Amino acid sequence: MTVIVDYGMGNLGSILNMLKKIGEQAVIASDPDGIRQAGRLILPGVGSFDRGMRHLQQRGLLPVLNDKVRCEQTPTLGICLGMQLLTRRSEEGQLPGLGWIDGETVRFQFEGRHQALKVPHMGWNTVTVARDESLFRGLTNGQTRFYFVHSYHVVCDHASDVLAQTEYGFPFIASVQRGHVMGTQFHPEKSHKYGMRLLQNFVEYC
Amino acid sequence: MLKTRVMPCLLLRGRALVKTIKFKTPSYVGDPINTVRIYNEKEVDELIFLDITATAAGKEPPYDLLAEIASECFMPFTYGGGIRSLDQIKRIFSLGVEKVAINSHAAERPSLIREAADAFGSQSIVASIDVKKKFFGGYDVYTRGGTRAVGRDPAAYAADLENLGAGEILLTAIDRDGTMTGYDLALIEHVSSAVGIPLIACGGAGCLEDFRYAKRAGASAVAAGSMVVYQGTHRAVLINFPPRDALEEVLDERNVLPVYGNVG
Repeated sequence: MTVIVDYGMGNLGSILNMLKKIGEQAVIASDPDGIRQAGRLILPGVGSFDRGMRHLQQRGLLPVLNDKVRCEQTPTLGICLGMQLLTRRSEEGQLPGLGWIDGETVRFQFEGRHQALKVPHMGWNTVTVARDESLFRGLTNGQTRFYFVHSYHVVCDHASDVLAQTEYGFPFIASVQRGHVMGTQFHPEKSHKYGMRLLQNFVEYC
Repeated sequence: MLKTRVMPCLLLRGRALVKTIKFKTPSYVGDPINTVRIYNEKEVDELIFLDITATAAGKEPPYDLLAEIASECFMPFTYGGGIRSLDQIKRIFSLGVEKVAINSHAAERPSLIREAADAFGSQSIVASIDVKKKFFGGYDVYTRGGTRAVGRDPAAYAADLENLGAGEILLTAIDRDGTMTGYDLALIEHVSSAVGIPLIACGGAGCLEDFRYAKRAGASAVAAGSMVVYQGTHRAVLINFPPRDALEEVLDERNVLPVYGNVG
């Protein structure tokens, strides 16, 4: 069963419905007991970094999440802010992140002719997949596109953790994976059939 | 990736989906949630929902319905109707809506656009402009469902809203709404030449070729109403959307004709 972590950061309905549509048993949980049941975890999120970390802390979810991810090796997918929270820290805030991915979250900075580019990066964009496996199985042709809304992006310490990149002024990291911990900067739940395939890959192969 | 976005523009009246002709005679075309499910299947990239009764009735946006739509909608969507404050916009975004469209209240209090763009970013603020032809030539902007003339030229008005921070313009030709007789291309040209932000053309789409003409006239995105909820000349309700390859073909730069038919 896949558990979507509800920590008060956005509407989780479309993720739940997309999982149901692909035939995955899924629930939304906002307490440690609910999260403990998870065979897979999805950490969604829209909003600011510190607010996200504070909400996880205030709801007492950090110990159970750490236990699931570090000890039980539960496959975990962070979406948008959820992916940024996987890193050690963010330029957007002061609080430490979850630190499950070696990397940091930084603000978009453009130079030269790209300075006119708007932040946030919002809209549909294509991805270049580094590894045709796990989340991106069957999603490597040039037509694959996803919906993004974000002002910050993740920078990884290890190139091997990068699963996909997207071009916005420069190539930034659109998806990460280190073992059973994964993240997408885009919103699969708002990226119709491509997002659905990605979530299906998550529940089938990860 | 499609460079020209094609999006259904759907009208809400209470919990019902309706379609108007020249902003009048709303006819029932279906249930919004079922319609969203159909558009999910059709791989629509973006949707617009406008509540055509919210401003007139002085109502709040239909928050419960928006939350329901957001839960079912596997694509980003824009909501417009009755939006007059930052608190409302904040609440709408918290429900999982990506953008808001502001029309009447932007005309009545233009600073709302600036405040909203400052608070939430231009990319999520769509300025919606409804336009009617004037009897003796030229255009006028209308608000409150096409009932109140603003007395502004739409191009100058759109440029003002851009300067205030609007991220997109949704330009609707009231005279073409629901007629399926083609976009008002002269209007699109007039307004698109005055703004730098993306312009979504709305009102009049009747066939695929109309998208091509609108693009040629300067639209960066096209919205369709009747065309995606009706089938055939008798306007039988059928929620539909052109297949992607047909859209790609018709919107391909190389296929855009140098001349177009129904200007003016």
